Amino acid sequence: MTSRSAHRETWLDEAAGRLVRPYTVSAGRTRPTTAMDLLSWVVATGVRPRGRLEPDHDMALGLCGVATTVAEVAARMRLPAAVTKVVLSDLVAVGAVLTRPPSPAADPTDRSILEKLLVGLQQRL
Amino acid sequence: MSASNSDSDWAPSALKVLVAGGFGVGKTTFITATSEIPPLRTEELLTTASVGTDDLAGIAAKTTTTVALDFGRITIDRDSVLYLFGAPGQDRFWFLWDELSHGALGAVVLVDTRRLPDCFAAVDFFESRGMRFLVAVNEFDGAYRHDPREVREALSLPPAAPIVTCDARDRRSATTVLVTLVRHLLAAPSPTHANSASTEVGDRA
Repeated sequence: MTSRSAHRETWLDEAAGRLVRPYTVSAGRTRPTTAMDLLSWVVATGVRPRGRLEPDHDMALGLCGVATTVAEVAARMRLPAAVTKVVLSDLVAVGAVLTRPPSPAADPTDRSILEKLLVGLQQRL
Repeated sequence: MSASNSDSDWAPSALKVLVAGGFGVGKTTFITATSEIPPLRTEELLTTASVGTDDLAGIAAKTTTTVALDFGRITIDRDSVLYLFGAPGQDRFWFLWDELSHGALGAVVLVDTRRLPDCFAAVDFFESRGMRFLVAVNEFDGAYRHDPREVREALSLPPAAPIVTCDARDRRSATTVLVTLVRHLLAAPSPTHANSASTEVGDRA
């Protein structure tokens, strides 16, 4: 964890924000090789890519330790979603990250899903 | 999805609800009140062809817009997580709403009665896309309290769309809005086509 935070300090500055322009990270690429939605899930597979990872790829991989969404990775990296998708799809391409669409259910408006959602929200009242 | 896993149990379902409304109406406040995490922000970079630009060189003129999206998260259970996305307030970002509303369960349109017309674009958008929504009047301190019926009339809301009042800063009040939305989703069948609804309100703005 200490190496993580040291790493963040190098690339992110509280006041100035990112110290590297977003598209430098993705080498000018705006189209990910794997289609991803803001709410697609990503998780690290445990496969460590050979060679040295670019700092942002390393950081993205670290954020995928537990299943999370593309939107959350983008927000925590302070990168535009489009750039984050490129970085994540690079990691998918080398087998370091798995991705999955937002919902495995065929229909997100499924009644049983809505009923569970209602119960879950009511419990928060 | 080349990398999709056949065993998809490793992640829950990500459900999505949009929070729309005019600029400064309290979308991020609403998300902050309901979310289990401090709201996060991501930016979508959007490249759109410019409208009405001379194209002498034969190269399509493009503009890149950065749109900030605030979002929050509510873990429902092991199998589902609800994400709340604040839809950008300005009308000119409607194309982003199209992307955002893809796969969304429904929407909350927040309204400030002092600036009622600010929510017209959102109401029009959801009606035209057949996306189910409710209107939540955010009762700001010191603002004149309008009767929800007056607001419904002013917005020419279809009878099916619920209208409620809330305090977007208050967790319980904002969560109640979400409960009402889900009840509405359970009660009302998904509209197949909303053409009739959009003509009904077409001359409003």
